[in-house]
Amino acid sequence: MAALKPKDVLFGPLVDNNPIALQILGICSALAVTTSLKNALVMSVAVTAVTAFSNLAVSSIREYIPSSIRIIVQMVVIASLVIVVDQLLKAYLFEISKQLSVFVGLIITNCIVMGRAEGFAMKNSAGMSFLDGIGNGLGYSLVLIVVAFFRELFGNGSLFGVEILSLDRNGGWYNPNGLMLLPPSAFFLIGFLIWAIRTYKPQQIEEA
Amino acid sequence: MDIENLLSIFMKSVFVENMALAYFLGMCTFIAISKNVKTAIQLGIAVTIILTLTVPANNLMYTYLLKKGALAVGPFGLWYLPSFADVDLSFLGFISYIGLIAALVQVLEMTLDRFFPPLYNALGIFLPLITVNCAILGASLFMEQREYDFTESVVFGFGSGVGWALAIAALAGIREKMKYSDVPPPLRGLGITFITVGLMALAFMSFSGIQL
Repeated sequence: MAALKPKDVLFGPLVDNNPIALQILGICSALAVTTSLKNALVMSVAVTAVTAFSNLAVSSIREYIPSSIRIIVQMVVIASLVIVVDQLLKAYLFEISKQLSVFVGLIITNCIVMGRAEGFAMKNSAGMSFLDGIGNGLGYSLVLIVVAFFRELFGNGSLFGVEILSLDRNGGWYNPNGLMLLPPSAFFLIGFLIWAIRTYKPQQIEEA
Repeated sequence: MDIENLLSIFMKSVFVENMALAYFLGMCTFIAISKNVKTAIQLGIAVTIILTLTVPANNLMYTYLLKKGALAVGPFGLWYLPSFADVDLSFLGFISYIGLIAALVQVLEMTLDRFFPPLYNALGIFLPLITVNCAILGASLFMEQREYDFTESVVFGFGSGVGWALAIAALAGIREKMKYSDVPPPLRGLGITFITVGLMALAFMSFSGIQL
C-alpha cells in the first residue's frame, strides 16, 4: 500500500469518497435525525467521536485480535463507546437525547463505524486510523447538516430554532412546507444531493 | 390481554410505522440488496425470523436482568434480594442487546445449516450481515422505549419484520422494472433509488391515522 498522506486521509471522505453518497453506508440514522439542525449537529459530533475513538482503539490492539473473533471485539469496543456517548448526552443535553431517542443506540449498527474499523483500522497505524475516523465522521456530518439545513429552513422557516423566514402564522409571508418534516423529503433530498455530487464529479457515475 | 391491542400493534408495525419507510431503519441493506425480487424476499424472510426471535429474547433480558429492581426479584419470583432493589442496569442495554442478537444469529445459522440446508444455502450470506442491520437493534430499542410486555414484543417483532420484508420486496420490484427506463446518468443507481424510496414512503404515509 502506498504511503498515506494525513491530508488525504482526513479530507478525502468529504466529497471524493463520501461514505453516504458513494459507499451507501450509515444512511439509517442519517435520515431520521435531520428534521432540525441542532439534532443533526449533535448526532454528527456523536458519530464522529465514536468513529474516531473506535478506530483508535481497534487500531491500537489490532496485533492482538485473533481474526476469527475480530467482529465481536470491534462490536464490544463500539458498543462501549456508544454507551459513554449516550450517558454523556443524557447528563448534559437531556432534551436532545430525548428527541434522538433510539438513534443514539443505533450508532452501534451504523455501517460507517463498523466499516472503518474493519476496513481501515485493522490495517493502519493508530494515528492514521484516528484521522480516518474523523474524516469519515466529517463526511457523514456534511451530508447530515446539508439535509437538516434544507429540512429545517423550509419545513419550519428557522435555523437552530431561530426564525429566518417569517412565518405566516406569526404575520409573515412564508407558509411552511410540512412535507419537509416528514420522512419522504429526507429521501428526496439525499437523492438530489447525490445527483449534485455526481454532476460535479462525473467519475462517480454508476454503470447502468 | 386483549386481542385488539395485539392486532393494533401488528397493523401499526407493518403499515403505519414501517421500519424501513417511516424510521429509515435497515437502510444500508435495504438499498444495497434490492436489485432483484428473489434475493430481496429471501432477505426479508431472514429479517422477519430474526426479529421475531430477538425482540422477545431482549424483552426477557430487559425485564428480568436490566430493568431497575429486576435483579431483586428473580424470574417467577424465584428469589427476593432486597439489597438489589436499587440496582438499575438499563445503561448496559445497548451492549447486551447487540451481544444477544449476535449470539442468536450465530445459533440460528448453525441450526439452519444442520437441519434445513436448502434454507441455509438460500439465506447463507445474509445471516451474518443481519447482525449489523439497524432494523434488528432498532426494534429492540423501540420495545424497551415503549415498554411492551412479552406477548406484545412477539407481535411487534413479527410485524416489524413483515413490514420490512414487504417494503424491500416492493422496492426490488420497482427497481427491476426501472432497468428499462432512461435515467439521467448522474442519478443512475443510488440517486434514483433514493427518490423511488421517497415516493414509496409517501405512499405508505396514507396508512397513517389508521386505528383499529
